[in-house]
Amino acid sequence: MNRRLLRARDAMDRAYAEPLNVRAVAAVAHLSEAHFIRSFRAVFGETPHRYLQRRRVERSMFLLRDTDHSVTDVCFDVGFTSRGTFSRMFREIVGETPSDYRLGHGPMVAPNCFQVAFTRPMAATGVAMRSSSFGDAAAKAAP
Amino acid sequence: MITKLNVTSVWVLDKDEALDFYVNKLGLEKGKDIKQGAYRWLTVRVPGDPGIEISLEAPGPPVQDEATAAQLRELITKGAMGGLVFVTDDVRGLFETLKKRGVTDFTQEPADNFYGTDMGVRDPFGNAIRILQTKKVAREATA
Repeated sequence: MNRRLLRARDAMDRAYAEPLNVRAVAAVAHLSEAHFIRSFRAVFGETPHRYLQRRRVERSMFLLRDTDHSVTDVCFDVGFTSRGTFSRMFREIVGETPSDYRLGHGPMVAPNCFQVAFTRPMAATGVAMRSSSFGDAAAKAAP
Repeated sequence: MITKLNVTSVWVLDKDEALDFYVNKLGLEKGKDIKQGAYRWLTVRVPGDPGIEISLEAPGPPVQDEATAAQLRELITKGAMGGLVFVTDDVRGLFETLKKRGVTDFTQEPADNFYGTDMGVRDPFGNAIRILQTKKVAREATA
């Protein structure tokens, strides 16, 4: 079971920039939507939705640090479909706005895989989980 | 003074399945395969590089009690046990080769970074493997 859930988590890590919905990701683990969300949370400690949002925010942090793409371009490049949702989610997870984050950070030199792993923002505690669907990315592309 | 890394190990759930993956899929070669009573000392290594062995270790008695082994299996299958990083001279060619050999669990397709091009794949149990093709020419400073 863990291995299947990990495979679904990997699919989110791979396809974070695409529109994803929870049913498609659950299908990677061969589970129903509700069973997938419950099992994922039990094994990895957060909902798949929250995991994907942190993945997207981590990639946006990278793009803000290492490129001069506009905040709006970064927002869409990492899979958010609304600038408002992106800014709100970024502030909630990172603690500052995307623009302020960009001002305070330059490029990093660690290999990409380390950046992906260790600059990913923590799962904020005490923050209400949003809907367990994938919210603003409601298209039906498979991961 | 320590002069060289000699043996590292990776946790697997089944040594035969691991041997098949690391040798027949990933392209390493079998190193040691020695039975010591119930214990099988099984290693793989990069072809032509006999100095560093990767020991394939399965949790369980007599090394761990069954409860500890069960915990280890949980962590292995959720991808929490670290992994290996290899170097190749043709990461995109290797990506195609691995796909032809039936490997599907890629965590990242080949992607360019400032230090080279790398990709990620999981072994059958959940361990992360990264494969890097280092950049031959240092990035030139632009004015």
